[in-house]
Order: sequence, then C-alpha cells, then structure tokens
Amino acid sequence: MAATATTEAPVFDKKTWMGGVEPMKVSYGKLMMWFFLISDTFTFSALLVTYGLIRFSFQAYDPAIHGEFHFSNLYWPIPEKVYEAVPFLHGIELPLVFVGIMTFILIFSSVTMVLAVEAGHRMDKAAVEKYMLWTILGGLTFLGSQAWEWAHFIHGTDEGTVIREIVNGQWVERTIFGANLTENQYGPPAFADLFFFITGFHGTHVLSGVVLNILIFYRTAFGLYQRRGHYEMVEKVGLYWHFVDLVWVFVFTFFYLV
Amino acid sequence: MADHSSHHHDTEPGVIAEPQTKAIWKTFIILSVLTAFEFLIAFTINAGFLKTSIFVLMTIVKAFYIVGEFMHLKHEVKSLIWAIILPCIFVVWLLLALLMEGGFIFVAR
Repeated sequence: MAATATTEAPVFDKKTWMGGVEPMKVSYGKLMMWFFLISDTFTFSALLVTYGLIRFSFQAYDPAIHGEFHFSNLYWPIPEKVYEAVPFLHGIELPLVFVGIMTFILIFSSVTMVLAVEAGHRMDKAAVEKYMLWTILGGLTFLGSQAWEWAHFIHGTDEGTVIREIVNGQWVERTIFGANLTENQYGPPAFADLFFFITGFHGTHVLSGVVLNILIFYRTAFGLYQRRGHYEMVEKVGLYWHFVDLVWVFVFTFFYLV
Repeated sequence: MADHSSHHHDTEPGVIAEPQTKAIWKTFIILSVLTAFEFLIAFTINAGFLKTSIFVLMTIVKAFYIVGEFMHLKHEVKSLIWAIILPCIFVVWLLLALLMEGGFIFVAR
C-alpha cells in the first residue's frame, strides 16, 4: 500500500526540530526557555536599573552631614541597618545575617536542582525524585523566609521613627512604624516601594518555580519521563530555577550589599 | 562466556550509571566561598568605590559560574552563548546611563 510510508509511527528524536535540523544545537524547548529567560532578564534589569536611578536621585547618607546613622526620610538608608533582624532573636542586631541564610538556601536548592538534572541524564528515577524533593523544600523554605522578612519590614521596629511633615500648613511630628507603599520608617517611601516590587517580583518567580518543580516531581514519580526515554523537562525547568537563583544573586548585591 | 555477555552491566537497559557530580560540588564551593567573602567585605571595608567594585566583580563571577556551569551555557555552541550575552551588555549600558541620569536629577532637585 502507498500509505505505509506515511502511517509509520514517527520516531521521536528530541534532537531534531520539525524541519529536521537543530538550530544552535539545542532542542526546541531548551532554546525557547533561553529566549524566555533573556526576556525575563530585561524585566528584572528594568527593576534594578530603576532602583539605581531612584537611589542616585536621592541624598546619600553622609556621616559628616547627618551625624550618626538613624532612620530618616531625608536620605537613602544603609541596607545593613534596615535588614538586621533574625527570627526568634528579637532585639539582637544581626545585620544581613538572615538575608545571607536566604541566599545560601537558594544557592543550595540550585545545587540539588543540577543534581536532579544530572540524575536525569543517567535515567536514575529515584535520584531525580530525591533531588527534586530537596529543591522543592529549598524553594518553600526561601519563600517562608521571605514572608517573614516582609512581615518584619511591614511591622517595623519597636521604637518606630519620628517624622516631621507639614499638615494643613502646620509642622506636625508623628511616629511611624514599618513601611507600606506610601509611608516608610526606614527612609524615603520610594525605598520601601522598590523593596516590595523587586523582592516581590522575585518571590513570585520563586513561587512559580516551586509549582513547576512540584509538577516535574509528580510526573517523574509517575514514570512519565522514564517512559518518554529522557528527562529533558527536568533540564528546562532547571534552567528556570537557576535563573531565579541568578536573579537573587543580583538582588542580594544591589539591594542588600551596595 | 559469550552467552553471559547479555547479563553484563553496561548493556542492560535498567542499570544506572555512576553519578558524575564532582564539577557540581566544585561550583557550589566556589559560590559559597564568594558569598562568604562578600560578607567579610560588607563589614570590613568602608562604603566607597572600592567596596562597590569588589561587590560588582564578585557578582559577575558568581553569575558566570551559575550560568556557565549550572545552566550549562559554557558547554553550548558559540552562537547561543553570544545570543545570551550580547543583549545583557546593552543592559549594562542602560544601567550606567540611568545611574548618571539619577545623579543629574539629584543635582536638579
């Protein structure tokens, strides 16, 4: 029969695209993930560049002019004075310790992710499951830490900060605690806005990464990738997860350290 | 011996190869040491050009290891590597341009 050639089941080859060639020697899915990540890079860059622009347009803290550091909306705060709280250690000043722990958690979850990818290359289903679970656990721990940090940032310190402002033509003194999108005890309101936008946008990425990781774990556990003959899906979601870690490396430097 | 060859470990489809994780752990140690070093710098050097430069340099090195090793970009073809890196160079340009712009806004206020 003439139809035998066309009804033959197509041999699945992850290496070739529909046209039979493989641009840049990567599979379709991986290349599209890279292109998505580069577009996401632009979004995060826009947020960080905005942070730089707004920070440079404000007065910087200068000990010669402002004296000893205290929270004030007259100048941009020093991040290590803002982020110095650690859960269960109330009232103890531990600058950047908690955010350091968060950084370490995320780097470690990136390592377990790459171990899952490596296990996938060897078709080791049990190891992929194990490392995916560790990665999910790392992601959830990071999200929990970030939730705590947000809660602390929103509620503020015990003392609060006294600000002077003009209300109906009169100078009024008022104590504000914590920060929201319009008020900020730590510095100019723009500082809090950028904190919420940048760490919030990153946290949303971590959340969607965790959801994707759970999906991958579920499908691995049910043997889908074993039947398919390759674990490329783990690699693609792995790319996304490493990107989220990469963004945090930049946020950590430009928001918390510099 | 010929009839036993089918039971050999390398040819059996269900057998799993040994993990090759040396490079992964090496990258992890490098990233950890660099992060620890950043902490050291944060509390030993006063704010200024030197401190900022060290932080930016450390960040670029960390990004190189994450993208190069974890995301495997180092081992991809040249055209893909450049397709990713080139647009990022323009981002650096935007960053520098708008940092200067921010400085001008500060002066104008």
